[in-house]
Amino acid sequence: MDYAVILTNSLQAAFGPLAVFYALLALGLNIHFGYAGLLNFGQAGFAMLGAYSIAVMSTTYGLSLWIGVLAAIVSATIFALLLGLPTLRLRADYLAIVTIAAAEILNLVIRSPSSTPVTNGTRGISQFSQGFDAVAPWDTAARFDFFGIRYSGKDLWNMTIGWSLVALVCLLTWMLMRSPWGRVLKAIREDEDAARSLGKNVYLFKMQALILGGIIGALGGVMYAFNVTTAQPDAYQTSVTFFAYTVLILGGAARVFGPVVGAIIFYFLLAFTENVLVQLTAGSDPFIPPEILTRSDAFQIRFIIVGIGLMLLLIFRPQGIFGDRREVSLDAR
Amino acid sequence: MLRRLVALLGLTFAALLTVLAGAAAAEGEQIVGTLASGSSGPIEGVTVTVTTADGDEVGSDTTDENGRFEIDVPGAGDYVATIDAGDLPEGVTSSSAERPVTVGPNRAQRVAFALSDGSVGQGGGDTITVLQRFVEGLRFGLIIAITAIGLSLIFGTTGLTNFAHGELVAIGAAVAFIINVSFGVQLIWATLLAVVVGAAIGGLNDRLLWRPLRRRRTGLIAMLVISIGLSIVLRYVLLIQLGGGQQPYADYRGQRAEPYFGGIITLTDKDVASIILSVVVLVAVALMLQRTKIGKAMRAVADNRDLAASSGINVDRVILFVWMLGGALATFGGVLYGLSDQVAWDMGFRLLLLMFAGIILGGLGTAYGALVGSLIVGVFVQMSTLVIPDDLKNVGGLLLLIVILVVRPSGILGVRERVG
Repeated sequence: MDYAVILTNSLQAAFGPLAVFYALLALGLNIHFGYAGLLNFGQAGFAMLGAYSIAVMSTTYGLSLWIGVLAAIVSATIFALLLGLPTLRLRADYLAIVTIAAAEILNLVIRSPSSTPVTNGTRGISQFSQGFDAVAPWDTAARFDFFGIRYSGKDLWNMTIGWSLVALVCLLTWMLMRSPWGRVLKAIREDEDAARSLGKNVYLFKMQALILGGIIGALGGVMYAFNVTTAQPDAYQTSVTFFAYTVLILGGAARVFGPVVGAIIFYFLLAFTENVLVQLTAGSDPFIPPEILTRSDAFQIRFIIVGIGLMLLLIFRPQGIFGDRREVSLDAR
Repeated sequence: MLRRLVALLGLTFAALLTVLAGAAAAEGEQIVGTLASGSSGPIEGVTVTVTTADGDEVGSDTTDENGRFEIDVPGAGDYVATIDAGDLPEGVTSSSAERPVTVGPNRAQRVAFALSDGSVGQGGGDTITVLQRFVEGLRFGLIIAITAIGLSLIFGTTGLTNFAHGELVAIGAAVAFIINVSFGVQLIWATLLAVVVGAAIGGLNDRLLWRPLRRRRTGLIAMLVISIGLSIVLRYVLLIQLGGGQQPYADYRGQRAEPYFGGIITLTDKDVASIILSVVVLVAVALMLQRTKIGKAMRAVADNRDLAASSGINVDRVILFVWMLGGALATFGGVLYGLSDQVAWDMGFRLLLLMFAGIILGGLGTAYGALVGSLIVGVFVQMSTLVIPDDLKNVGGLLLLIVILVVRPSGILGVRERVG
């Protein structure tokens, strides 16, 4: 086994563009679940709206990328309003089912042959990210080396903007949660009836939280679309939301940096196991014979490990690495 | 006695794992599909050709007696599949003889050709089509109902919103598929075995995971997320075992649709069998819930757990039975679903949201509510194809779920109470 390769590959993934994507998704979920106690399982839908806003606005309608970003924010707001109106008065598990269903509806509609003129069906939209790469101050085709960890100039540009965005969102979250608004939100999470009896409009606060977290998720989708250079429906399946929850719970919900640390560790572990499994199954005489595990199976094993990890976290350490157990809302009200 | 039962369940589980490990996943990339139309049944002897996006021929195949074709392609990428329209039987036309296909690594990518034989009016509102869709909806709704009753009872007795219930359905279809295809056991016997395995898995679910968690006083939201973790694990185990494509059982393939009620509707024999079996099973479950001691206990625990416990009902034992019943019903529903829609690793998740729609529509936590709600959802989904494209039919069912939450969150048969 080549330990140096495994380590550099894992570190590369830990700070790479995908970690940015999941950090942003989880930061949005942190507002929903961590601070407001809302069980939103439609975060993949918000990310999908972000990605398709950019893609459709710039390719189908030929508008600038800034309009695309604006469209991402507007569409995420509308989606949050549509989701919240019927469900925010209901119990947490209803919200979970409705949000998961809404994200699935969105996915089915976007991939449908009927919407091919706008979304190009299951094949998705590409050729919209050149404008984003063109503004990079360095050559996006070049390769850069940091202590043996290699990134392409394109990835590095995506990471620069992405991690800056993550830092901004963290700052915003930190400021919001110290403000009276954030205190009301946490009060709602702890005891909705108490907050209501103090004259707070619980419904309005929850709605604002849903919109804010959704917009953050949509921005994550925008960054992801720039990274993979296509917007394609398969990339926004429900498992994306579940991964984002794993990231959030791993890092620690209701902590400003929880999702960020969670994303970095999550991607490190994911890439680490994948690389180890690939090395164990590689070559003409692999350590694990192909009858037991083939290389393509090694890729799927990662998902199984994520699932087991999610279960173990919630059973033994629901507050994650940095969270405070008293601040994690895990009881249905 | 109990210990012996647990050991037996453990053995069954181990046997299941060996069975699962025996079925190797398909290697390499393929383009597969089935040519069939409503009145002609499967179409044999049609040449299907696959070319690369640039027009170079990769391979071709002629459909077999089941209408199936399989073409190996050299790797992942974009291809174009073309059928020779001249080979099609009289009266059958294809609106798109050329279909673009994108094949992922190690996937057997299915491609569907739209064939029209004039038997079904395209989006027409004539009575015959409406009746046909209604009966198809009834068949689908009965499958949803069989799987959803367990989900609803589990919610009622333990408060758990079990997101892994869809995987019990998929496991049922997969176990029956492996016993049927890999071991050559006739499907009826394979189904019986699968149902036993399903009951065992349901029971193990409760004994090994959920009962210890209830003892730890784990919160309901935490349990919900744990069930999601479990569903991810099971789904990808199924993907590794079954591969990415969709596969039919070895028996009852390529049946012709026969006319019923003087030709008003046409159904294949397996559709009729599916409807009859579903009704028989549902009536049996209803009788059990209504007449037997354990059935009454289940309803009592679902209704009010504390009251049931204080009147001497062993709640843990009842919950174990609910899980075993739920597992058995889910696997049976899964076999029927696999019979009509083929067996695939992600079939459970596709059904799960419709199951939720059904039980919320009927009233969360009740057995009969789940039955009524699921039937409505099934019929609604199939009938909606009269006005919206076929690939969007599940959207209708999911929208129904959202609408019912706005109008009457407690469901049709649920007790009117504040749920938020």
